[in-house]
Amino acid sequence: MTNQVQLTTFGVTELEAQHALDRLSVRDVDYADLYFESRVSESVSMEEGLVKRASKSISQGVGVRATAGEKTGFAYSDELTKKDLEIAADTARYIANSPKGDRAVPAPTQTRPTRDLYPVERAQAEAATPERVALLNEIDAEARRYDPRIKNVMASFNTEYKVVAVATSDGTLVGDVQPLSRLQITCIAEENGNRQVGSYGGGGRVGFEWYREGSRHLDYAREAAREAILNLSAVDAPAGVMPVVLAGGWPGILLHEAIGHGLEADFNRKKTSAFSNLIGKRVASDVCTIVDDGTLPFRRGSLNMDDEGTPTGCTTLIEKGILRGYITDKLNARLMGIALTGNGRRESYQSVVLPRMTNTFMLAGESDPQDIVRSVKKGLYAVSFGGGQVDITNGKFVFSASEAYLIEDGKITKPVKGATLIGNGPEILTKVSMVGHDLKLDNGIGTCGKDGQSVPVGVGLPTLKIDEITVGGTQG
Amino acid sequence: MLQEQTSIRAAEASHGTYDQLASDVLARAKDCGATEADIVVADGETFSVQVRVGAVDRLTKAREKRLGLRVFVGKRSATTSTSDFSRESLERLVSETCTLAKAVVEDQVSGLPDAVQMARDWPDLDLYDDTTLGTETQIEWAKRGEAAAFAADPRVTNSEGAEFDSSSGRVVLANSHGFVGSYKSSSYSLSVSPIATEPGTGAMQRDAWYEVQRKFSRLASAESIGQEATKRAVRRLGARKVATKRVPVVFDQETAGSLLANLCSAVSGYGLYKRASFLLDQLGQTIASDLITVYDDGRMAGGLGSRPFDGEGLATRKNTIVERGVLKSYLLDTYSGKKLGLSSTGNASRSVGESPSVGPTNFYLVPGVKSPEDIIGSVKEGLYVTDLIGFGINMVTGDYSRGACGFWIENGELTYPVEEITIAGNLKEMFKHIEMVGSDLVFRGRIASPTVKITEMMVAGN
Repeated sequence: MTNQVQLTTFGVTELEAQHALDRLSVRDVDYADLYFESRVSESVSMEEGLVKRASKSISQGVGVRATAGEKTGFAYSDELTKKDLEIAADTARYIANSPKGDRAVPAPTQTRPTRDLYPVERAQAEAATPERVALLNEIDAEARRYDPRIKNVMASFNTEYKVVAVATSDGTLVGDVQPLSRLQITCIAEENGNRQVGSYGGGGRVGFEWYREGSRHLDYAREAAREAILNLSAVDAPAGVMPVVLAGGWPGILLHEAIGHGLEADFNRKKTSAFSNLIGKRVASDVCTIVDDGTLPFRRGSLNMDDEGTPTGCTTLIEKGILRGYITDKLNARLMGIALTGNGRRESYQSVVLPRMTNTFMLAGESDPQDIVRSVKKGLYAVSFGGGQVDITNGKFVFSASEAYLIEDGKITKPVKGATLIGNGPEILTKVSMVGHDLKLDNGIGTCGKDGQSVPVGVGLPTLKIDEITVGGTQG
Repeated sequence: MLQEQTSIRAAEASHGTYDQLASDVLARAKDCGATEADIVVADGETFSVQVRVGAVDRLTKAREKRLGLRVFVGKRSATTSTSDFSRESLERLVSETCTLAKAVVEDQVSGLPDAVQMARDWPDLDLYDDTTLGTETQIEWAKRGEAAAFAADPRVTNSEGAEFDSSSGRVVLANSHGFVGSYKSSSYSLSVSPIATEPGTGAMQRDAWYEVQRKFSRLASAESIGQEATKRAVRRLGARKVATKRVPVVFDQETAGSLLANLCSAVSGYGLYKRASFLLDQLGQTIASDLITVYDDGRMAGGLGSRPFDGEGLATRKNTIVERGVLKSYLLDTYSGKKLGLSSTGNASRSVGESPSVGPTNFYLVPGVKSPEDIIGSVKEGLYVTDLIGFGINMVTGDYSRGACGFWIENGELTYPVEEITIAGNLKEMFKHIEMVGSDLVFRGRIASPTVKITEMMVAGN
């Protein structure tokens, strides 16, 4: 296994970590932890047929946290000396409001995650720059070969190699190595002054060879080019309430926005979510079962352990339409007296832990995807989306289609311009009448933003039909 | 070939000036084969406290520092960054950066700005406040803001909290032309996010209000910020959908500011030379109604977007972007300018680890003469937008479709709140159909706009 991490990686001894935890654990502190992180990010990008930008970023630091009741004290430092750890510990314990001195906590026992969901060798995770350059050059050529109307190809390949270790006042010391990479391609098509854009990409906690398997990178290039060319003939999108069929995969962003955020424990503990107090209640039709699963091998949203050292799991959020559970971190699980699900995540050592999604998807249903489309007289078929957003408190969410078609008399007809779909989280899934047997996960492109923190996530969906949702086109 | 290596004296620099560190790193880069280079060093302190329902929820304190290096080896370039200022780490960084640069292709227009273009002197732009606030004072500010929100209306029953943030820092930029510049800046902000509950239905609405200032003494009172937040949350109670129809749309300051942000992206040099902007080839053309004049002013005293020199060390200035509807200038740095055959407008923006891109300084729409009330009063039936969500904007085509909430206007009066609707159009047409501009320009960020009215957009609801 590649994920054996020692504190010495960060130039810190176990004794120094123990000392800092003791210092943090004043009387009123319920829990404290130290999160050590070292990260190397690299990027190469191309445009106008030239791979002309390369960058690399190195960061290392520690986040120090103490929680007392609902309060969190937090400090971070990019220096890892004993003195810096002490200063951070003193800052973090300020919230405990206690003049009392140190209290000894159990010495952390070094463990490691019981599995490795992404055993990627470092050399594969951080491929040599010339190989990355070659990959982007092939992508450019393939996209332009697809259609001469492709006038510009912008592609970037990013990798991140993150090593983390968490030492906690409840006695654990556990580390993980978290590789992550992503290929993103955008094509601009032009014809008689009409310019359109198409995007595609993918990635995960995978090594460089993944992108060349079965020429995956060239498939992605053609997909980006295809979407741009398709949009050259797109007509204005319709406006108003209509049935919408979502294709499988990335359109699972619906689940992420409509219900996922609303089921994060922090909002529910504070009773600021439209889903507060709905456990055991019906929030979806009985064909909907939705899970958050951080244990899928090599997936962008997966983790061996969350950023508090808790192993990730598969949490059922909605079972046959009934709301079953929230996703939690340690603070919220403790305060709410509910199960710890391994969803405590943070963007970096500079940010606090929040309950966050991993890979969120709906399980396959029984309908034939073609029957789902055939069942719609007049509506929209949406295949790909840009981004989405939700207002947790009133439950209103949006997500914006980047590739969509009209459905007329049960047939997919003209491509339409992008349009935003808007709905109400606790209500929208009750309008799902058909779920396909074709569950698909996205390609590994999602980044979720919450409270200013970005973390990689995955989504997935079988083809499904929403009987009515508001489509924000321009044609009444 | 034997070569004397320049050594980096890192440790001494960590608490003093970074000028020497920067010059050591630049010399080292030259030794490693760089023909040109520039370096950014930023450090600072941040403090943040969140209070929720009267008690401290989260308190964060930190110091941070970062160094970014860009090297050119002939026409090839690469950029790196690190938070580790130790001598070994920086020496490794310099050599890795040069290796990285040699791995990419030549880019004929790459390079530093010409030496003669570098800023020589700059005014004090009033960006820094040395007021040090104690932890308790900052907690108190957040508590007072939230308490005022609760006190302002009994329907405020819960809260996402109030947050007080303060930060101060310093930026040093140096390059191989011998340019060395630095400035300090600070910021203080309070935001309050109350939740109002509708009696009877129990339906909740959240809204927020905030203020940011470079000087602590300029911050509005915590009470006024909390009260405004409550006013905004409570007025959303009882919101409903409306029928799908084409109507005039009035954007309040905040949402009109988002339209200006869209304009700002569209005139950014990088989107233009990549042919990814809906304002391609429009310089000198009418792109907006004649009520529209937009400036980008990098030298506004105390401005949240002000800076004495840009991310490449060129003097900032006031640029006219749109004058009575005609597109007068793009926002450019050296690279995007050269790609378009134009000169930099002093808008290079630089995050430490990246090569420069283009960003606004203080980018704003010049106010008109109408009050917001007059503008709303001019609408027989339409929408007043106070919040937008989602990312439904296509910068290549200008197609626009976003989730909205606000108020329905009937006979010149705001009637009931509306939500779960979208507004759609195309930005090219929307800017041309701005038929009224308000007098109410206020800077709350680097992009600002008064209230504006657009003749017609498609509102989708029921």
